Amino acid sequence: MDIIIEGIKQAFILLFTLDPEVLGITWLSLKVSGTATFISLFIGVSVGTVVALTQFPGRKFVVSLINTGMGLPPVVVGLFVTIFLWRNGPLGFLEILYTPTAIIIAQAVIATPIVMGISLAAIQNLPANLRLQIMALGATRIQMVWILVKEAKLPLLAAVMAGFGGVISEVGASIMVGGNIKGYSRVLTTATVMETGKGNFDIAMALGIILLLLSFAVNAILTHVQQRERPR
Amino acid sequence: MKLFKNISLIAWLVAALVLVFYAAPVTAAPPKQKNIIMATTTSTQDSGLLDVLLPIFEKKTGYFVKTIAVGSGQAMAMGQKGEADVLLVHSPAAEKKFIAEGYGINRRLVMHNDYIIVGPKSDPAGIKGVKSAAEAFKKIAAANAIFMSRGDNSGTNSKEKEIWKTAGIKAEGQKWYQQTGLGMGQTLSVAAEKKAYTLADRGTYLALKKNLGLDILAEGDGILLNIYHVIEVNTVKWPRVNAAGAKAFADFMVSKQTQKVIKTFGVDKFGSPLFFPDAGKKEEQLGK
Repeated sequence: MDIIIEGIKQAFILLFTLDPEVLGITWLSLKVSGTATFISLFIGVSVGTVVALTQFPGRKFVVSLINTGMGLPPVVVGLFVTIFLWRNGPLGFLEILYTPTAIIIAQAVIATPIVMGISLAAIQNLPANLRLQIMALGATRIQMVWILVKEAKLPLLAAVMAGFGGVISEVGASIMVGGNIKGYSRVLTTATVMETGKGNFDIAMALGIILLLLSFAVNAILTHVQQRERPR
Repeated sequence: MKLFKNISLIAWLVAALVLVFYAAPVTAAPPKQKNIIMATTTSTQDSGLLDVLLPIFEKKTGYFVKTIAVGSGQAMAMGQKGEADVLLVHSPAAEKKFIAEGYGINRRLVMHNDYIIVGPKSDPAGIKGVKSAAEAFKKIAAANAIFMSRGDNSGTNSKEKEIWKTAGIKAEGQKWYQQTGLGMGQTLSVAAEKKAYTLADRGTYLALKKNLGLDILAEGDGILLNIYHVIEVNTVKWPRVNAAGAKAFADFMVSKQTQKVIKTFGVDKFGSPLFFPDAGKKEEQLGK
């Protein structure tokens, strides 16, 4: 019990004294996971929409693949990204292993199928008549897609939250491709693992609480946007 | 139209956020050739030694060290593939093989401390005060007391296997012999929870002691010496390795100034040093 109280106390001390190291780690977490979610949003929503609106042979197979991807284990992603980014690996010339960029890549790979799967379901869930109606009113194909995406705003924002939640809390890939380098590629989750390893359970707890607060803050903002104006 | 306004507002917000992300002076990226990848064992990081040494080195030389703290076994595997520039490891037998096979050069002695056998206060196997580590391990086996092994080919794990071998016991596969596959700190925590015995380096144990209910039960045997070397990865095998950076780091580790820091590190916090500087000495002279 002591350790929990101590952890909460530590979290507030670290936050309110604006501990530069903790602030840096928190900021990096937000930056890395935010960018990764942003990338996954582009790829996920566009591919998800295309798959939702088109018919082609093997479509069910593709959808199954996307749905499986929603549960991609971060460590497996981490392992693959590491192997690709090794100096002597296929993308070694980029020299980005053990950098925040590498973490962004791994996290984008994790978040993209999540966003894609939810977007796909969201767009597909719109009434089929809506498409006909929009087309009948003389919209071009691009205008129609845009209107559909707007119609599905609620579940699409849920997709963003799910994607962000998946990557901000992920540790396996971040530690493998980022290396948990102090002041450079250390994020909240990897720092928590390390402090636990060091036996600093109070600091680990504090970092965990900060992670929860950060996650809550981001989701609160997104929820606010999502709920501000309900379509229809 | 309101909906559209809403979406463009979000777009603006996102754009603004992205701008802030990239304009902010976070983690100024160092020039590429300035990066050194140093693969090391968990004990140098978990004890806090690197947090003290690296800033000095970086300030002095302008290099940026990327520490990848894994077990000594994995660190050498990284060196073998040319994925690290310099190693700070403690697994002498494996290191000699690493050098002999041409993967590393300039293996230099940095420091030592020692391993200790820790376990619950109640000491069910009765090893307290036993001088010989092999003898203590025999007693643990005879009592079927739980022994927590790292099981990760780290330096500590190699040493542990060596002791089992000396004791003539095949521990692997026994019911009382469990492997965590985790770093030293976490393995100590698991051992504490399960009231098990384990082999630990003194540095990590002292750093974690306050949260553990584990006591030092056996220590001082010659076999328990824990020796750290710095090795530069051979550029002949891997031309991409940052040889200059590796050499600079290795030189720094054995320099007078660094050795002085190592000597006093931990004294203020734990009352005794965690590591003993050994640069320039011969491996055979240690522990005498």
